[in-house]
Amino acid sequence: MAAEISSGGSSTVTTYEGQGARMMLPSWVIIGFFLVLPVGVMLIYSFLTKEFRGGVIWEFSLAAYDQFFFDRGLFGDDPPKIEWTYIAIFWRSIWQAALATILCLLIGFPTAWFIATRAGRSRSIWLFAVTIPYWVNLLIRTISMKFLIRDNGPLNEFLLSIGIISEPIGLINTNFAVQLGLFYSYLPFMVLPIYAAVERYNMAYSEAAADLYANKRASLRYVILPIVKPGIIAGCILVFVPSLGAFLAPDLLGGAKNFMIGSLIEEQFKGNAGNWPFGAAASMILLSMVLVVLTFYARAQSRAGAP
Amino acid sequence: MTDPERQIAVAFETVTKRYGIFTALQQVTLDIFDNEFFTLLGPSGCGKTTLLRSIAGFEDIQEGAIRLFGEEIAELPPNKRSVNTVFQNYALFPHMDVTENVMFGLRMLGTNEAEARKRVHEVLELVQLQSFADRMPSQLSGGQQQRVALARALAPNPRVLLLDEPLSALDLKLRQAVRLELQQLQKDTGITFIFVTHDQEEALTMSDRIAVISAGQVQQVGNAREIYEEPNNAFVASFIGETNLIKVDVADPYDGLVAVILPGGGTLHCAAAAGAHAGQGNLSIRPERLTFCPVDQAHLVGSVTRIVYLGTDMHVEVAIDGTDPIIARVQNTQGAFIPSIREAVGLKLDAAAARVLGA
Repeated sequence: MAAEISSGGSSTVTTYEGQGARMMLPSWVIIGFFLVLPVGVMLIYSFLTKEFRGGVIWEFSLAAYDQFFFDRGLFGDDPPKIEWTYIAIFWRSIWQAALATILCLLIGFPTAWFIATRAGRSRSIWLFAVTIPYWVNLLIRTISMKFLIRDNGPLNEFLLSIGIISEPIGLINTNFAVQLGLFYSYLPFMVLPIYAAVERYNMAYSEAAADLYANKRASLRYVILPIVKPGIIAGCILVFVPSLGAFLAPDLLGGAKNFMIGSLIEEQFKGNAGNWPFGAAASMILLSMVLVVLTFYARAQSRAGAP
Repeated sequence: MTDPERQIAVAFETVTKRYGIFTALQQVTLDIFDNEFFTLLGPSGCGKTTLLRSIAGFEDIQEGAIRLFGEEIAELPPNKRSVNTVFQNYALFPHMDVTENVMFGLRMLGTNEAEARKRVHEVLELVQLQSFADRMPSQLSGGQQQRVALARALAPNPRVLLLDEPLSALDLKLRQAVRLELQQLQKDTGITFIFVTHDQEEALTMSDRIAVISAGQVQQVGNAREIYEEPNNAFVASFIGETNLIKVDVADPYDGLVAVILPGGGTLHCAAAAGAHAGQGNLSIRPERLTFCPVDQAHLVGSVTRIVYLGTDMHVEVAIDGTDPIIARVQNTQGAFIPSIREAVGLKLDAAAARVLGA
């Protein structure tokens, strides 16, 4: 019960002391419904038996995980060997996501620095400009990227016309195209946290560094980067994690040979050909990897003494 | 005080700095000697911090030259100038402990580890922070942070130390203690201190010499006594301490003195500042240099309008025809004459303390 304390006049002050659990209820409902429940369903499904036309049979099975890690031959009765196909897809996905993250960082940090050091009004305009493309659906944006970089697209035509290249550079269906697509998809997630960190950064630190004989490079390395590190780490996580599970960019820009986890999982739930328990198992493996990354992040944060 | 034999540490030669149409420094020419405690004093926005920052290299100047021990430094980047700064809010690196902060400059200069550690120990001892060497800046009080900032700036052994209002963030008690410490530190190290403040009391108590700055120009340079007792112009006279400015008619100077005619017809022979000229002028006299006397022996006659009790002193405001009200300061001692409100009183001016000001 909320205790009502009359404060003399007409106003009444309500205190909620000792009612933490009740006040937390809405949060718990939301977390339970949108986080615990779906992940729980995935976890359970990953341990069920597959139904051939999609869906599951309610019978406990480790087949999904077994299929992911082991190769038992065509009829399933050979001695188990390590199955490299899916591990390779995971490994490629990690690589692609990592390279996209690095690309985002290399472009995003100077961008964030530039925006954070503008004067008040133009700063908000620049910030807004960075987010403008994100008002357009991700699918549309990825398709337009495909259009831009294809062999007879504007980029190649332009380079051909000014004579830098003599035949179209094959960008489409390469690893680089996927990284480019991921970079384009997630750049603001890098820019915004770094912007927030740089905005709080006191330029007097840079002056102090220069005053104490640090050149620009030393100042960046020993003063600026360590101080804005929490923002950089947050940006890297926010780009890396969704890049890892992305399927639009790999599908549309990478072609069949640049298959990533996201596409693998997506296929298991699409149409009649899917294997739900296998898709769920792959999701759970992906989730565990993400949790490892986040644990690393939390450790780094607490060591940096960030708020 | 202005000994021509002394070596000049920092010389400004007709330095001009503009921000768009605003002129922050206007043709500033100023010499600061080696091994002196020099203060740049002025109200906020007067250009004193810009002047200091132009020595450090944080502000580009448009015209003129800045010399550090004879070497032209105006074009050098901050990290190539052998001066160090104590910043207003200290700007201690938040991710480094006290030792790392203090060692930063030495590291950048490439001093070897053992020597750097020895020096850090030395300067921490100098500011009495040896036992805080492993603390992070966030774990220190304001006064301790200020001393770390001081140690950090002193560690590379600069030829000139720049202090940008370093006491403004401290509370009054601490500020008074640190003033004496800073002054002692300057004497002990022999480093030229250039100190920026808007607090005239701070300037008067600490400095060997003071430059009073207003509107981007140096108004007067001198030691505390000169600035207080021999102000050049109305700005200096009223910015440093309290003064009465009386409109007077000034006659031509004679024998270093001028004759002035006071409102009400009284005359006085007193000193004149360099820029003073005959005709209409301002006479400056400090409130404590006025005494009450019988009306028939007085320089000025008026009636008391206000009395303010200040503990050790009383402020008596006297309305006088032909000029602004005048304030006399009377020591609150036994037997002191304290007039009452609306009483007609005579005031006597100490001619030795009165001064006709320049424009």
